[in-house]
Amino acid sequence: MSEKIVSTKVYIVIFIALLILTYVTYQIALIDLGWGNTIVALAIASSKALLVALYFMHVRYSSRLTWVVTAGGFFWLAIMIGFTLSDYLTRGWLTAAGGR
Amino acid sequence: MKDAVAPVLPREHYLNVNYGIRSWLLTIDHKRIALLYLVSVTFFFFLGGAFAVSFRLELLTPQGDLVQAETYNKLFSMHGIIMVWFFLVPVIPNVLGNFLVPMMIGARDLAFPRLNLASWYLFNLGGLFMLYAVLSGGVDTGWTFYTPYSSLFSNTSVVITVLGIFISGFASILTGLNFIVTIHTMRAPGMTWFRLPLFIWSHYATSLILVLATPVLAIVLLLVMAERLFHIGIFDPALGGDPLLFQHLFWFYSHPAVYIMVLPAMGVVSELIATFSRKRIFGYSAVAFASVAIAVFGFLVWGHHMFITGQSVYGSMVFSFLSYAVAVPSAIKVFNWTATLYKGSIAYDTPMLYALGFIGLFTIGGLTGLFLAALGLDVHVTDTYFVIAHFHYIMVGGTVMAYLGGIHYWWPKISGRMYPEGWAKLGALIVFVGFNLTFFPQFILGYLGMPRRYYAYPEEFQILNVMSSAGASILGVGYILPMVYLVWSMRYGPSVVANPWPATGLEWRTTSPPPTENFAQTPVVTWEAYEFMPREETEVVGKLTPADQPT
Amino acid sequence: MSDAHSVLAHHFDNLEQQREAGTLGMWIFLVTEVLFFGGLFTAYTIYRMLYPVAFADASLHLDTTLGAINTAVLICSSLTMALAVYGSQVGNRMLLILCLLLTIVLGAAFLGIKFTEYAHKFAEHLVPGSAFSYGKPELRQQAELFFSLYFAMTGLHALHMVIGVGILAVLVFQAWRGHFSPVYYAPVELTGLYWHFVDIVWIFLFPLLYLIGLHLGGASHV
Repeated sequence: MSEKIVSTKVYIVIFIALLILTYVTYQIALIDLGWGNTIVALAIASSKALLVALYFMHVRYSSRLTWVVTAGGFFWLAIMIGFTLSDYLTRGWLTAAGGR
Repeated sequence: MKDAVAPVLPREHYLNVNYGIRSWLLTIDHKRIALLYLVSVTFFFFLGGAFAVSFRLELLTPQGDLVQAETYNKLFSMHGIIMVWFFLVPVIPNVLGNFLVPMMIGARDLAFPRLNLASWYLFNLGGLFMLYAVLSGGVDTGWTFYTPYSSLFSNTSVVITVLGIFISGFASILTGLNFIVTIHTMRAPGMTWFRLPLFIWSHYATSLILVLATPVLAIVLLLVMAERLFHIGIFDPALGGDPLLFQHLFWFYSHPAVYIMVLPAMGVVSELIATFSRKRIFGYSAVAFASVAIAVFGFLVWGHHMFITGQSVYGSMVFSFLSYAVAVPSAIKVFNWTATLYKGSIAYDTPMLYALGFIGLFTIGGLTGLFLAALGLDVHVTDTYFVIAHFHYIMVGGTVMAYLGGIHYWWPKISGRMYPEGWAKLGALIVFVGFNLTFFPQFILGYLGMPRRYYAYPEEFQILNVMSSAGASILGVGYILPMVYLVWSMRYGPSVVANPWPATGLEWRTTSPPPTENFAQTPVVTWEAYEFMPREETEVVGKLTPADQPT
Repeated sequence: MSDAHSVLAHHFDNLEQQREAGTLGMWIFLVTEVLFFGGLFTAYTIYRMLYPVAFADASLHLDTTLGAINTAVLICSSLTMALAVYGSQVGNRMLLILCLLLTIVLGAAFLGIKFTEYAHKFAEHLVPGSAFSYGKPELRQQAELFFSLYFAMTGLHALHMVIGVGILAVLVFQAWRGHFSPVYYAPVELTGLYWHFVDIVWIFLFPLLYLIGLHLGGASHV
């Protein structure tokens, strides 16, 4: 639990950074990068989310338990998406004996 | 050991501090809420059991002659739904966990008492929807709700049933949240993590699953409702959807859910084995870590329910391997319980009978799980009675027996009375015999090829089915017996001392029944878990643990 | 001025423990929300992977300008929310109330814009169901899947916004009554956590729903 009172200046800086990143993500979306579009978009979104979490949600000033809980949530989401996706992506890799 | 003078109940305790229905329905005392849950889950247990009786009657004969095929589908579906979501998932955490978690850590209540009460109301609200569905004919989709049958083609009360499960899921989430916060922030001074009873470790691990898995069930059920109501095609292959996506999301919850059902039972067993061997659990840390490992690894294996669905073979192999891995921490626990018995001072009170039964039956259930985890063998036995026998050995032979053991063990603490030991032992024996007669034949049936969810079967399977149905009737008697004598004991049972067994653990250091705030003074813990003194010392000197001072 | 003793619940030993418990509880609740929305994100991932062309094409039917404005609106609301928490921490009641009200206004603006978007989609027959129609018949089914996910994800998000606005309104009332102080401001802080989380969900929804078709060179069909 953060006892530290984050200054308004920090909030404003983060706010501006978020607006800038929003603009950037929009601009990059106009350029064709193939696969890169998705990766860049997710990277920027993750950065924005990280800024909100660390500063607006005070994770940067919170206990390790808070950090573990937050990271754990996203890690579990990654497990769900990752393992599910791995089924779809690998369906053609190995065929069952005598099967298609 | 018997007291010369009969013990007297404390003057004021949590049961008599207030009277009247409002004091129960608006209580925030975790102990009363636990009893509220006890009433609810017992009702649902017998309702689910009634469905089982119905289809076991049908299965006495090879032909489908008692009910129609569609009706039979509804019988097993409702049995599964009620037993999974309205009995097995909530029973130990919400009855024993609610009662004991604060007491075992030395706290006055859970972190969020009003959320605790809210969870009971949500549970019953979900149950009401589900009852409404039962009265309007139930569902025939199986408890697994596979799409697109459930989302498009079934003509039964899918939306109502699914809504009921959805709502009850929030009860699960609130319980898990409450337990995690309580265990992290409200342990009494000196109650470090590795002094906690293993019951707490198990419930902590269970709560991790409750919190991480249940929301996924919620969203997938929401999608099924949406598809049914708005025909959005998300799981309908004709509209570009993929039925397997449903299964991935469903089993992402439902496999960890089986660990929700068994981990608390393992926690109970740890307590019972320790007390009735008068010995610290062998390898305390290993058992504690194994609980968390089961919770974590349990999230990585869900694809083993989908081996024959067209899932990627490569993916299936990975899931198969991980399914073997998840068996390891469970095995560690079984070894450690057994090692605890070695050179222990064994007592064969009823709770211990149930605990020993658990170890044996859970081992059989767990080993047969490894059969199923093998890809090649699974192709042969999946969707047969082999699977049914496997999970009933764990759920009934495991969880239900651990629950019964726990109810008997903590009954003196909960009610201030002792149950009749003779009848209780008889009940345990009847349960054990009835259970094995019901479910062992099903391993054989499955291996011989009898499919699950069929109401008719080849003639040559009849003898095994008759044995199974006969066993079920015996099992039923074994379940009704405790209902009768436990209720009887509330009025006529002898009153007990604070610590009748005697056992270690903070819950035994307060009166039976406890006061509303659990402890007259917050305990300060300076001793390790399961520190038993030799029996002679306890009886002569009255010392329970090194911390006890003889008066 | 709130009395520190009266805000301590009977089962906690001190305010610090109560605060710690409340914060941990809210974080765990947010984790459940991650998994809850996560199910939809999983469905989105699978279907986008299976039908990239249709998803990109369907995405062009969304109004990117409105989406971008909404993103900015939510980011502003996160700032005002953070400032509201700050106000409660330093005991500045006016700042607290003002920022809570601003957050509500911005949240309402977001919902208003969303509602406008939904109305447009309805008029263009892009709401999944029997009334759905799509320009390119070969992409119709998969586009309908996209819109199912669009409405499910943004709809669920909007529902969370509505609940958030409701909670904020209660907080304004309580703040007006002088309920909060530097000693006791937990409800404001915890509501802030919830609000920022809802913002984070949108931070991911915006590029995943609105921006996936732009690079294909086709102009927005809106």
